Amino acid sequence: MDKTVTCIGCPLGCAVTVTFSQDGTISKITGNTCKRGEDYARKEVTNPARVVTSIVRVKGGDISMLSVKTASDIPKDKIFDCMEKLRSITVEAPVHIGDVILKDVCSTGIDVIATKEIVVK
Amino acid sequence: MDNYKIVVIGGGPAGLAAALSAKRAGVDEILIVERDCRLGGILNQCIHNGFGLHTFKEELTGPEYAQRFINQVKEEKIEYWLNTMTIDISEDKVVTTINSREGLRHIKAEAIVLAMGCRERPRGALNIPGYRPAGIYNAGTAQRLVNIEGYMPGREVVILGSGDIGLIMARRMTLEGAKVKVVAEIMPHSGGLKRNIVQCLDDYGIPLKLSHTVVDIKGRERVEAVTIAEVDEKLKPIPGTEETYTCDTLLLSVGLIPENELSEKIQVKLDEKTNGPEVNESFETSKEGVFACGNVLHVHDLVDFVSQEAETAGSCAAEYVKQKADKKEKEEMIILTAGEGITYTVPKYIRIERMKDTLKVRFRVRQIYKEGTIGVYADGEKIASRKKRIFAPGEMEEVILKKKDLVKGNGVSQIKIQMEGE
Repeated sequence: MDKTVTCIGCPLGCAVTVTFSQDGTISKITGNTCKRGEDYARKEVTNPARVVTSIVRVKGGDISMLSVKTASDIPKDKIFDCMEKLRSITVEAPVHIGDVILKDVCSTGIDVIATKEIVVK
Repeated sequence: MDNYKIVVIGGGPAGLAAALSAKRAGVDEILIVERDCRLGGILNQCIHNGFGLHTFKEELTGPEYAQRFINQVKEEKIEYWLNTMTIDISEDKVVTTINSREGLRHIKAEAIVLAMGCRERPRGALNIPGYRPAGIYNAGTAQRLVNIEGYMPGREVVILGSGDIGLIMARRMTLEGAKVKVVAEIMPHSGGLKRNIVQCLDDYGIPLKLSHTVVDIKGRERVEAVTIAEVDEKLKPIPGTEETYTCDTLLLSVGLIPENELSEKIQVKLDEKTNGPEVNESFETSKEGVFACGNVLHVHDLVDFVSQEAETAGSCAAEYVKQKADKKEKEEMIILTAGEGITYTVPKYIRIERMKDTLKVRFRVRQIYKEGTIGVYADGEKIASRKKRIFAPGEMEEVILKKKDLVKGNGVSQIKIQMEGE
């Protein structure tokens, strides 16, 4: 089985193809033109993950929306679940960068944290 | 009238970094004038991550990157005025500001740093036919509505232009539950960073149609559909290639224009390619003691480079304030020109006496070049070259000039940077 990903290492954007053998291990990586492409493709086909950034409502602050992010990358297939969880959250001002807004989002073991300073209005 | 040594116009990433470096270079009376209700500029609405890889060696979101500089500005006790619009600058460096608390104020400055940033190119500049219904937004405006105000501009979206803001908003709208149907780009290549194409479009199965543009907008009260068509090499739509997408929103991500109304008031000379001021090695404009940095100078794709440039502009402004006395009447200038395949260079002039041992020159290439070489010529003689596997217009390039290469013989009068061979 083959999987092809576009490398994001540089504007070249190589189409890197990862070939798996019968037992599911990677047997071959082709199409990349440098080592970075190989590393990227390996991670992307085995464990694709992204940092999710969004906003939640905030009460009593100088602005009404607080920007947040997952403290590190979460599996790609959990992105929409994570967004759904964030939609129902409202926090109270003040908020500091790094404050935990939601613990262990979607059982990923990763917290959602604040990325903006919000003072009480 | 208030008196300050340096007035910085704009409290975004450029203004913050410029003020900080001026302060650290030993100038105390510095004022930042910011029209928004908080410092940080456009970074406040750029809630996605990827900022600061060069500066802090980690991936921060826009607000976090801004806060690192805001904290330093506060620690350094640099004065700043919020909710204050700068409405005029005069020839003798009197800055006029206005706000609702104190009304009009005049500030006499010894040096001014222009850091007003840029503005989005509007629909009116594109000549798109069709009605003028609600539902057409610039991508950055939509970004502000979603990320700061908490409003969704629409549910079914077509995006024209594949600049980074458009790509980022394609993902953002998708995450917030909208359906982004297509991104159309008139050029045969995207203006955005590769990582944004992959992580904002490919990740969510959003098609990117290169060499396509909007040829019709349907709907009287609200956008109902958008028609796109393929374009030929002359960027003219090809009849018969039209496709119509039903949607309620059209986002435009079609370029940014440096915001130079204030610069024009004091007749700062603007570059016709960048639409920003022409500057010398110290980021000083054609007006003595008036400096420029950040997106008001030329539009950047990475904030890290804005901070670096602004740091130089700020320290040069400080140097100017401290050494005004020994300023020479007329200084010899080396002119930098953008040759074959290069759109522009920043800076445009070098005063060799003022140049440090090295100088970073930033520029953009005109189109995609694979296996290209950048050649740097001083009065026709090659002094440097740089090979790269790919050069793209969406990614700002740089070369480093060495002073020792420019002082040979009677000195150099012209430097040309050009693209050579495929």
